[in-house]
Amino acid sequence: MNVKHFVEDKLLVIEITEDLDHHATEKIRRRADYEIQRFMPKRVIFDFNRVVFMDSAGVGLIIGRYKTACCYGGTLEMVNVSPKLKRIFEMAGLLKIIPIVDSYKEVV
Amino acid sequence: MSSIKNEMKLEFLSKSSNESFARIAVAAFASQLDPTIEEIADIKTAVSEAVTNSIIHGYSDTDGIVKVIARLTDDEIEIEISDTGIGIENIEEAKAPLFTTKSNLERSGMGFTIMENFMDNLKVESISGLGTKITMKKKIKSHERINSKYIEIK
Ligand SMILES: Nc1ncnc2c1ncn2[C@@H]1O[C@H](COP(=O)(O)OP(=O)(O)OP(=O)(O)O)[C@@H](O)[C@H]1O
Ligand SMILES: [Mg+2]
Repeated sequence: MNVKHFVEDKLLVIEITEDLDHHATEKIRRRADYEIQRFMPKRVIFDFNRVVFMDSAGVGLIIGRYKTACCYGGTLEMVNVSPKLKRIFEMAGLLKIIPIVDSYKEVV
Repeated sequence: MSSIKNEMKLEFLSKSSNESFARIAVAAFASQLDPTIEEIADIKTAVSEAVTNSIIHGYSDTDGIVKVIARLTDDEIEIEISDTGIGIENIEEAKAPLFTTKSNLERSGMGFTIMENFMDNLKVESISGLGTKITMKKKIKSHERINSKYIEIK
């Protein structure tokens, strides 16, 4: 997991670099919450560019971080979501509350 | 199911670090049927769901044995994943999308829905207090494709 913080834009980008299963999400959850609560960014973007594998644990991870950010009025978005991942997020009805954006650079 | 061409069995301790081991092992075994990348990805995800369920629900993070059996026929893989954990009281309820008994652990209740969607067939057998067995089947379609290509060339 890598974190990029754009202070002026109040934007935090969390790049996931590991397989998103139950085992991996335990650690990612703790680190992501720490970073989100530390910076309290207006926008949190999860970058899935490097995610090769994801199961339902990924859905739980994103919903959980959505709740973390919601606490102080922050929002969550996702970028670089492959069709494989999108299918799972869609099945869970997640895209209704957490949108997929084309690129975070564009929208900064 | 037509005659079994190959079979493998795995048994491992209910450690979360074995989740990736299990799905990679089954995927490697399945590769004998020459599946597409998508088919392999579907199998990996479904195995990961069932194995994770045994670890976090079946054994609730205590030590137990998770058993995985995979069988290949000419064009199909059958995967059995079982535990001797707490079992499921109401299978129909458990299979419903978004149903989870562990929302405190950030589970989304999508495991069975994913298994059902990614595989062709899902069977759940469980006895409360004794354990759970999941049986999943998937036709490997690339096999058909190769056969028909062969006929065309002939
Ligand atoms: N092997 C098992 N042993 C005991 N209970 C199980 C087992 N597998 C599933 N369950 C029960 O069925 C419910 C639904 O399982 P499912 O995989 O669909 O969702 P989940 O595991 O709760 O969440 P997710 O898979 O999205 O992380 C679980 O919450 C649990 O109560
Ligand atoms: Mg599950």
